[in-house]
Amino acid sequence: MTSLTDLTIAEALAALDKGEFTARELTGAYIAEVEAGRSLNAFTTETPEQALAMADAADAARKAGEAGPLAGIPLAIKDLFCTKGVLTTASSHILDGFTPPYESTVTSNLWRDGAVMLGTVSLDEFAMGSSNETSYYGPVENPWRAGDGKSRVPGGSSGGSATAVAARLALGATGTDTGGSIRQPASFCGLAGIKPTYGRCSRWGIIAFASSLDQAGPLARTVEDAAILLGSMAGFDPRDSTSIDRPVPDYRKALTGDIRGLKIGIPAEYRMEGTPAEIIELWDRGIQWMKDAGAQIVDISLPHTQYALATYYVVAPAEASSNLARYDGVRYGLREPGNNLIEMYENTRGAGFGHEVQRRILIGTYVLSAGYYDAYYLKAQKVRTLIAQDFEQAFGRVDAILTPTAPSAAFVPGEKSDDPISMYLNDVFTVPASLAGIPGMSVPAGLSADGLPLGLQILGRPFEEETVLRVGQMVEKAARFDARPGAWWKEAA
Amino acid sequence: MSVDTKTVARIAHLARLRLPEDKLEPMAGELNRVLSWVEQLSEVNTDNVPPLTSVVHARLRQRDDVVTDGDRRDDVLANAPDAQNGFFAVPKVIE
Repeated sequence: MTSLTDLTIAEALAALDKGEFTARELTGAYIAEVEAGRSLNAFTTETPEQALAMADAADAARKAGEAGPLAGIPLAIKDLFCTKGVLTTASSHILDGFTPPYESTVTSNLWRDGAVMLGTVSLDEFAMGSSNETSYYGPVENPWRAGDGKSRVPGGSSGGSATAVAARLALGATGTDTGGSIRQPASFCGLAGIKPTYGRCSRWGIIAFASSLDQAGPLARTVEDAAILLGSMAGFDPRDSTSIDRPVPDYRKALTGDIRGLKIGIPAEYRMEGTPAEIIELWDRGIQWMKDAGAQIVDISLPHTQYALATYYVVAPAEASSNLARYDGVRYGLREPGNNLIEMYENTRGAGFGHEVQRRILIGTYVLSAGYYDAYYLKAQKVRTLIAQDFEQAFGRVDAILTPTAPSAAFVPGEKSDDPISMYLNDVFTVPASLAGIPGMSVPAGLSADGLPLGLQILGRPFEEETVLRVGQMVEKAARFDARPGAWWKEAA
Repeated sequence: MSVDTKTVARIAHLARLRLPEDKLEPMAGELNRVLSWVEQLSEVNTDNVPPLTSVVHARLRQRDDVVTDGDRRDDVLANAPDAQNGFFAVPKVIE
């Protein structure tokens, strides 16, 4: 018999419905995996008692014929979602001890549908990073290792989420994506991860990084599982002023396995100089799979692609510097004493924020400061318009766009931490869609020469997550990605 | 445009961030590297291009002007590093 933790969400739901095992048994199996996987450092706070109580409630609901669509499914929650009564840190020292008295809308939706909370998982501090190395609680290990046996980063910022799901410590996880923070870790850990359209999932109760870009979404082991989770996470919320009031489709039903006649765009500008050959080869294989499935390949141009990263690294720090002004040692978290109020603010923020966060706050403050606003911030917002228009024009001709997710497989810790720009370049393929607010998904498509997962990215029109998921599942099918990391962390324990 | 240590100290103060003296120089270097990299945006012709203010084409909603929440003083104060007599407490502001 396969172990309980090898099942997908779809399989586990079917087995729970048939009574093959209980939610308590499934949750118990995951709690044991979480404990055995502590050396991966994915979890910040484990909540096993709460998990078992939620599992019992799911079992009772199922008995009464009232099981929700996720009843009894154990999940990990990125530690950026406020969870009532459970420490929420954003992986930052400055939120020491912060225990929210309320629950984020997205997690409320998951619990409403019967999901089980295993605990909170680590991220790059305030979701700023692409490697999960900037967490105050230490780096997270990718469960995948290359032939050289060296550690790899899980990607970021949803690195704890990706490691937890890939290492079978959770059936699925929530993530957030501001410039690639769901898609890039999904690619690095061999998972399906979708960032929906801006406005699809409520941002209420998610600790803000860059409000015009932040969007929640799931990480899961299959496209179908991601579709199931997204269906519960998405929805209108009057408490988020940018939430969109439109019905949530049945995303699972969108997975028809039929993309015949669909037009798939291949953007010339994503064939960047310096991209490793194996990434280009993977992309070319993906294009062939689309043709084989009956889709029509269309060459397109997204002419402002090369300016997306620079635009992002003006807009995101500007918004972050404003959002992070609230951490002042008065209302929650850390306080460092000072001789007066201003000194107390400065000492608290100097001690509470890590280096990467400080640098982004300073950049953001600078580009918004008098005399520089027009040259940097306003200019970037104008280029952002052009980037969004590139996509609008392309989507007049195609139904979806296929690209690589990241320019490399997971890298070795420390490899990029000395040079912010080389770290930022990791997001070169994911950032444009974030700036335009359109949905994007990463799906595992193959292994690198040294045995690490690589993902392909599917982009779609606003609110056409169904098309993105349908195409994503065709990539998944064609790739027949069934590799999984060896459980070396258990042998070490 | 190049940022010197004096400017870094000024921005850090604007952002209410304590930066030790010995960090000003390396931080100036990092900021200059990032700022000169984003300088490439000046190549883009943005004449008559409006700045993007929202990626979703939707009007901001209005709601009825009614009280929807409240009476949560203790919840609000529960996480404060220093709360006294139902208030947030801070170092003395006025002499």
